[in-house]
Amino acid sequence: MIPTQHIIVLAMILFAIGATGMLLRRNAILMLMSVELMLNAANVGIVGFARMRGDLAGQVYVLFVMTVAAAEVAIGLALFMAIFRTRRTVDTDRIDLLRW
Amino acid sequence: MRTAITLIPLLPLAGFLVNVLVGKRLRAMSAWLAVAAVTASFALSVAAFLRLAADPTPITFSLYDWIPVGHFSAPMGILVDRLTTVMLLVVTGVGSIIHLYSVGYMHGDPRYSRFFAYMNLFAALMLVLVMADNYLVMFLGWEGVGLCSYLLIGFWFERPFNGGTTNDAARKAFVVNRIGDFGFLVGLFLLWTTTGSLGFAQVQRAAGAGIFSTTLVTAITILLFVGATGKSAQIPLYVWLPDAMAGPTPVSALIHAATMVTAGVYMVARSHFLYDLAPISQSVVLWIGAATAIFAATMGTAQNDIKKILAYSTISQLGYMFMGVGCGAYAAGIFHLVTHAFFKALLFLGAGAAMHALHDELDISNMGGLRKRLPLVFWTFLIGGLALSGFPFTAGFFSKDEILAQVFATGRIEAWAVGVAAAGITAFYTFRLIFLAFFGEYRGGVEHPHRPGPTMAAPLVVLAALSILGGYLQVPRVVNAFSGYLAPVVGGEQATLALNVEAALMLGTFVLVLVGIAGAWLLYVRRPVTAEAIAAEPGGLMGVIRHKWYVDEIYAAVIVDPIRWTSRTVLWRVVDDWVIHGFLVQFVGGLLWKSVGFVVSFWQTGRIGTYAFGMVLGVLMLLWLLV
Repeated sequence: MIPTQHIIVLAMILFAIGATGMLLRRNAILMLMSVELMLNAANVGIVGFARMRGDLAGQVYVLFVMTVAAAEVAIGLALFMAIFRTRRTVDTDRIDLLRW
Repeated sequence: MRTAITLIPLLPLAGFLVNVLVGKRLRAMSAWLAVAAVTASFALSVAAFLRLAADPTPITFSLYDWIPVGHFSAPMGILVDRLTTVMLLVVTGVGSIIHLYSVGYMHGDPRYSRFFAYMNLFAALMLVLVMADNYLVMFLGWEGVGLCSYLLIGFWFERPFNGGTTNDAARKAFVVNRIGDFGFLVGLFLLWTTTGSLGFAQVQRAAGAGIFSTTLVTAITILLFVGATGKSAQIPLYVWLPDAMAGPTPVSALIHAATMVTAGVYMVARSHFLYDLAPISQSVVLWIGAATAIFAATMGTAQNDIKKILAYSTISQLGYMFMGVGCGAYAAGIFHLVTHAFFKALLFLGAGAAMHALHDELDISNMGGLRKRLPLVFWTFLIGGLALSGFPFTAGFFSKDEILAQVFATGRIEAWAVGVAAAGITAFYTFRLIFLAFFGEYRGGVEHPHRPGPTMAAPLVVLAALSILGGYLQVPRVVNAFSGYLAPVVGGEQATLALNVEAALMLGTFVLVLVGIAGAWLLYVRRPVTAEAIAAEPGGLMGVIRHKWYVDEIYAAVIVDPIRWTSRTVLWRVVDDWVIHGFLVQFVGGLLWKSVGFVVSFWQTGRIGTYAFGMVLGVLMLLWLLV
């Protein structure tokens, strides 16, 4: 039996990687990938806790989260496609139209 | 009865609304509508009077809860007791007569219906004042009649007056009244914090239960009296009344002689349960009344404007009323209020008739000999003048002597002496006016003065009759109808004098009155008078008196100009220009804000990365705070 802490620690490490990735990356697509990573890290965590409590309801929540994450990435990609059409770049450092 | 009573102020109010909204279209009817409204109120007032004559129990009820705020509740309450009915009869009775007179007097005026609208509004508000059952509703009426006074004084706002416009006079009236009202309000605040209520019945109970310390009740009564000095034109706040003569003569008759200015006297009488607890305040009231009576009387001797003479006369007679209520003789004071309403309204309306006949001539130096040309006006004016002077067997005689007798009986001999002296001067200036205007040769230029029509003549006759007969309500020892009627409300007479003492007092006053009349005869009938002589500036003491003892100039120099200077130089230039505009707007609002904004704007990079970083930072901080 794998102790639940290992699963939680895994989740935390994945989340940290995702977070730093999102902050440090300039490429918008890669930022979205990092966001996905964070979401899936959260999923792993939920599954681990569900296992610990012996309640399968947690795994159902995970399905919800996955759906939402998919929808969110679709929209995000659509947004960046639109921006690319005008700005010809997905470098977030260059997309600062909302600057003062 | 309750509906009838509620209708009393509502009918004139309805008249006001109708006249304001559709008056122009009604034209002549608008005036008759207004007359009808007040006359109907008079009929209802008579009904109320008869009910209270039969049964002195006051009728009191609340129309609705006007201001219910937390612990404070001021109902729109009505109290009709015997004192109220006296005031109701005066206001609606004399009011109807004057409304009738105005139909003829104001004929042809472009804003005819507006005039009657304002007059009706005034009547409604004055009725609210006298029918109130608590100080707040009374104050509502108090302020309301002040507003109507402003509107009516400045009615002919195109006309120049005294170097300014009539609006200046109207504003002066309103502002001076306001100063008095400030004192009144502080008095009300004290009343409320002490008793928790502003109702007359509740305050009377509290007064009886001994809740008020003497200092407190003295403070309250003096503050309330400050309001009365403003509204009823006593020293020091009388200065607006002579200027108020800028308004049409019916306004002067109704508002500034018979009703509004008597509100202060009514208020003191209504608050008798407070004044009875504060002998110091009573002395204040008594002495200010006495001082005003004689001071104003002197000013009446040197004026040439017929309405100004009557204005100073009103101020002086109001002083008598305050002498009455100040020595505890509330019924006597109110009695003089009633008779004064009759003869002063008569005098004003008569003056108006004379002015109308001579095409709005105000200056008595251009009158003279009107005895032959306007006989009706002359005879009624003479009756009014005799009543004003307190000539025996006129109404004014009985009421004035009643007051003087009561003042003497309560031991205030000095005040009594002042009152008697003022009576002599009153007779003098009254007959100076009568002799100069009605006797001698006509000094003006109008060929055919046109006599007053029926709507103007009838009121004169009615008021003249009342000026003679009205006094018989209270003949010492013989008829005590008036004081008996009011006794359940304000208590009985203060003191009684021995018959011979009272007779001696009456005789003494009468002698002084005759001296006054004789003096006027010698100066103005025996010696030929020319227009120039009358109009000429007298030197020395008379010159000072002619200039109203320079009181207006003193007020201007000591109070008005410093306030204006402060407003202009300090408040305007320093506070408004430098502080608010210079500092707050230009520096803080401009430079400071712009620099801070400039610095902060660097946070807005527009880059997602920066914002994401901010979010993470925030979450970490939250976690740190929570854990």
